[in-house]
Order: sequence, then C-alpha cells, then structure tokens
Amino acid sequence: MKTLVRYFKSLLLIELFRGLGLTLRYLLRPKYTMHYPMEHIPKSNRFRGLHALRRYPNGEERCIACKLCEAVCPALAITIDSAARECDGQRRTTRYDIDLFKCIFCGFCEESCPVDSIVETGIHEYHFDSRDESVVTKSQLLAIGDRFEADIAAARAQDAVFR
Amino acid sequence: MITAQLFQLLCFYFFATVTVGAALSVITLRNTVHAVLALILAFFSTACIWMLAEAEFLAIALIVVYVGAVMVLFLFVVMMLDLDQEKLREGFVKFLPVGILVAVVMLLEMLALIGVRTMRSYVMGANPAAANGHSNSAWLGKALYTHYLLPVEIAALILTVGMVVAVMLTLRQRQHRVANKRQVIAEQVNVRARDRVRLVKMDAAGPTEPPVSRAPEKETR
Amino acid sequence: MDEALFNQLVWPVACIFAIVLPLVLAVAMFVYWERKIIGWMHVRMGPNKVGPLGLFQAFADVLKLLCKEVILPTHANRVLYYLAPMLALIPALAAWAVIPFSDQLVLANVNAGLLYLLAMTSLGVYGIILAGWASNSRYALLGAMRSAAQVISYELAMGLCLVCVLVLAGSLNLSAIVHAQAGSRGMLDWFWLPLLPAFFIYFISGVAETNRAPFDVAEGESEIVAGFHVEYSGSAFALFFLAEYANMILVSFLAAILFWGGWLSPFPVSWGGLGHSSFWWLFIKAFFFAFCFLWFRATFPRYRYDQIMRLGWKVFIPITLVWVLVAGCLKYYGLAGN
Repeated sequence: MKTLVRYFKSLLLIELFRGLGLTLRYLLRPKYTMHYPMEHIPKSNRFRGLHALRRYPNGEERCIACKLCEAVCPALAITIDSAARECDGQRRTTRYDIDLFKCIFCGFCEESCPVDSIVETGIHEYHFDSRDESVVTKSQLLAIGDRFEADIAAARAQDAVFR
Repeated sequence: MITAQLFQLLCFYFFATVTVGAALSVITLRNTVHAVLALILAFFSTACIWMLAEAEFLAIALIVVYVGAVMVLFLFVVMMLDLDQEKLREGFVKFLPVGILVAVVMLLEMLALIGVRTMRSYVMGANPAAANGHSNSAWLGKALYTHYLLPVEIAALILTVGMVVAVMLTLRQRQHRVANKRQVIAEQVNVRARDRVRLVKMDAAGPTEPPVSRAPEKETR
Repeated sequence: MDEALFNQLVWPVACIFAIVLPLVLAVAMFVYWERKIIGWMHVRMGPNKVGPLGLFQAFADVLKLLCKEVILPTHANRVLYYLAPMLALIPALAAWAVIPFSDQLVLANVNAGLLYLLAMTSLGVYGIILAGWASNSRYALLGAMRSAAQVISYELAMGLCLVCVLVLAGSLNLSAIVHAQAGSRGMLDWFWLPLLPAFFIYFISGVAETNRAPFDVAEGESEIVAGFHVEYSGSAFALFFLAEYANMILVSFLAAILFWGGWLSPFPVSWGGLGHSSFWWLFIKAFFFAFCFLWFRATFPRYRYDQIMRLGWKVFIPITLVWVLVAGCLKYYGLAGN
C-alpha cells in the first residue's frame, strides 16, 4: 500500500509542482535590491573607510608623531618618520604613509591615537589607477581630512556618547 | 525560360551529382569523421531526390532514421577511433590490382543486370497515392497495414527478437551485490531519516567527576 | 513568367523573412525575459539599466558578441569548427516552415508536417556533436557525447508522444491536427486531456531535447565548464545561443499546437467574442510554455547524467508505449479524437 502511494506521488509529480509553486511565490515577492550607484544603504557613523589626518580648528595638524598607530597596526601598513619642526622645534611627522593594500581597516590606529589625529572616514568608494598609488602620503591624508572635516567631526560627535 | 519541369530536372541532376560526389568521397577521404559526414550528405541528397519524386514519407523517414539516429551513433564510434593513417595505406599498392579486378567485375555485372532489365522495361504507372487522392504518407500507411500487414508484422517481430537478444547479450547478471555496487534510485529516494539515524537524548556531562587519566573511550552514538 | 517568378521565389522568401526576423527578435526578448524571470524568482531585479526597463539588454549583448573575435583553438578542425554553429542553427530555423499560426497563416502546409518536424529536431544534434569534436577540447567532446546521447534517447519518447497525437488526429498535417481538436466544449476538447501523460512527457522531453535545465548536462558548468561550446566565442557562440532559444520557442509552439489546440480559443464557441479562435491564443499558449522553460530552470537542480538516461529509457518510453495503446483504444471506441 505504502509503495502504491509512493508510486502515485512520484508519477503525479507532486513534489515537483510544490517546488514550482515555491518559485512562483518568490516571483511575486517585493524585491530588496538596492540600485547601488543611485541608492545607498544607510551607513553607521562607526564605518571604517578611507583614512584621514585631522587638524585643530586653528589649522595646526593634530599628529604629534607618537607612533602609537604604527606600533599597534596589525598589518604593518603605517610608516612614520619624525623630526623636530624647523620653525618652532615641535616634534612632527615628516612622513606618514599608509599602504591601503596592506591595511585591513581594523580601526586600531584610530583607537590608539591620543589626539584624534588619524581617523577612518566613511568613504569607501575610491580607486587607484596604478599599483603604486595604493600608498597614501601625509599630504594626501591631510587633504582628505581637510575636505571631509565636517563629516568626520559629526560622526565623532555622534559616537562620543558611547566613549 | 525556366519551366517547372526543367527546374525539377535541374534539381534532380544537382542532387544526383551531390549524391555521387558524396558517395565517392566517403571512400576516398582520409579523415574518417569527414567520410562519415560525406555519407550523411549522401543520405541527405538521396532524401532530396525522393522528395522530388513525391515520396515524402520515405524521404523524411530516411532523414529521421538514418541521418538523425544511425549516423549519429556512427559518428560517435568514429570519433572515438584512434586510427594510424600511414598503416592503413600500407597495402594500397599491393592490393590495387585485385581491387581493380573485383571492381571491374562488379561494374560489368551491374551493367549486364541493367541491360537485361531495360530489355523488359515498362512505363511506371501513375503515382498510386495521387491517383487515390490521398497524401503519400496516408496511402503508404494504408497499404502497409492492409495489403502488406503480414510482412510488416514479421519485420517487426524480427526486429524485436534482435533487440531482445542484444539486451540479453549485454545484460550481466549482478549476483554479487557487494562486489558490484549498483545504485537503486527508488530505494534511495524512499529512505526516511528515521530509518537510518536514531537520535538519543543524553544528559550534559557535568564537572562532578574529575577526569581520570586514562585513554579516552571511543564512543559510538 | 514574372508572375510565376514572384509566386515561386519572391513571395516565399518574403514569407520566410516574415517568420525568421520576428523569431530572432523573439529570441532576443526571450533572453531578456529569462533573465528577468529568473531574477524575480531569486528576489532580484534582473537587467534594468540598458534602455527602459532594461529592454535593450539583449541587443547590447548581441552587439558585444558580434564585435568579439572568433577564436580558433589550436589543432581544431577549421572547416567543421565553423560549420557546426550553422548546422545547429539551420534546422532550428527550418523547422518553423511548417508551424501554422492560424487557419490561413502557414508558410508550408505540408502533409507530413509532423514527420518533417521530427527530422529537423533530430538534425540539430549534428551541430552539437561536430562542435564538440572539432573544438579539440576534452570538455567540449564530453559535452557533445552527453548531449548527443540525451537527445537521441529523448527523441524516442518525444516521437511516441507525437504518435499518440497523430493517432487521435488521424493526420500528420499540423493544421489538420489543430482542426481535429476543435469542438463545442472549448479546452476540454483538446488533446491534453485524453493524452495527459503524453503531454507531460512531450514537454519534459522537449526540455531535454533543447538541452535546457534541469537536463542541461551538455553544458553543466560545474563539471565541464560549458560543454560543447566551451571553445566558441563571439558570433559563433551567438549562433549556438540563437539556435538553442529558437528551439525552445519551437517546442513551446509545438506543445501549444499539438496538445493545447493551437489557435483555438479555450472557451466554448457559444461564449461569443471569447470563443473566437485567433492566432493570439496560440501566442498566449506558446508564451506560457516558454515561461515554463524559465520556471523549470529557476526551480529544479540539474539531473545527474545516468539519472537522465534512466528517466528517458525506463520511465518515459514505457509510459508513452502504454499510452499509444490507450490512445488507440480511445480512438477506436470513439471516446476522443474524431
């Protein structure tokens, strides 16, 4: 009897029709796809994207070349050289390179920075035209910081409550 | 001025030339796959000639059966062959005289046969299908299953016997199920989880008993 | 002479163009529709960027394929390599000659139409085999072997289903087959009801014949990359693509004509306007079957090769053989057909 029932079940293609019904239901469902370049998914203010070096409001760069970020970086992506500045003898970086191919965007540099100088911004859409452009230099990082200071400051202010 | 009849005649000569040319290249081409393809072309143009003679059923049956099925299997086998072209042509010159002799004798016999038949040549009757007002295939079907029923049945029986014998010859008895692991899909499909796996509830092991230093037992679940 | 020339040459050629050009357009739209449908079934969007609603996507793809280089693999057989895509395409297009779109609308109303269709579908396999062999590639050869064995096996089941149809209709002419399905009860008079198993087997065999999912072992990308057309690129590949989709549309039309009453309306004649037969009905039915091809592809996982062979030989052929007998009995006792 059981065999007979099984035979009928397979000959009447019941399971196949159930599968077809499933795909038909999904056909009619609303679609979640984001039209990416036109639409964006909301981004957290803790998003860790492209790096930037910040300045104080008076224009003085924040970085004091303590090299904590270089030390903490698990991917060894940061390289810093430092020297006393000629005009006032303050300790400043002469070189601040981040190799974005090495960087794993863990955010440790940002955490370790005592003066909130190196930060990771929300920028994630960028590209290089050649391999050697992957190393961003100090001037580039400062330029990024200058350009997006408003966004960076807003994101820090939002997150300040939890710190 | 191209009349319909002249056009038909031209078509006939065209197809006939292609047939003969293809048949010749079957035996002259070096590449075996090319030879099989030439054979297919020969079949195809023969079908075209039959189509010209309004034997549409035969023509299409030729294409369906020979071109569509038999020659595909041929092509299969030939594709798998690993032929040494040089070795094949080794004895060509040695056997050439004998071959030519046989060919000439065959040609003479065929000419004689045709000559004998032309002496008693008669004009072909009108197309019986057209005369009966049926389509060619309908008339052929009626003729086969009424007038020629017995030969058709006998042919069918012979073919069936041949098929059964072929199956019997290639069917190996699988007595040793262990040695010849064979898949029975119906059995596999019908298996339910509870036939194969037994789920046992067990209490979580507590830290009450300190672990004794001995080889861990192999547990089977 | 001029009139004869027109009747024998110009007019048929114009008719052929009137069928082939819309067919090629339909293939382009079908490819677009396939990507849309499968996208929707995956809860995706499908192509929607090129042109309004992504409608020009297929044309963009064709343009891309035509601009690409056709690469000849080393030690490939040059003649056969270039011949194979054409051998695949020609039968796929030639079969359309006998398809009746409505009572009057048919290019060649031949008596042995069904046989002609069988012949054309069986010729399509040569394109695949030769493509596989001439490519000088192991993947291609394996794909060709699988495909050829599968097509030949399923042709038998398909042919037997057609035998059921022609037993009931009493004719090999496709128009006559549609006429034999006409009746006062609308869709209940069509052949799908008395020949229900044969109808299912015909359509499933049609899916297998066109090497479509779930029977697409010929190009199973998980094992043999792309099967018989792995070495083809550019326009040669486009021809294979065209042939495959033209065959799918052909099988859809045939299923509609042989089992679902062709251009006949599904409603009884007494219903007035809805009961009118028109070629729109044929297109709607064929569209549904073409949709089923895509539906299957989105639903079913690929069959294993030996299971395909088992299904064809051990399940379909016995069932159809029995049903030929049943159809004969139905016809003899006047329960179906006319």
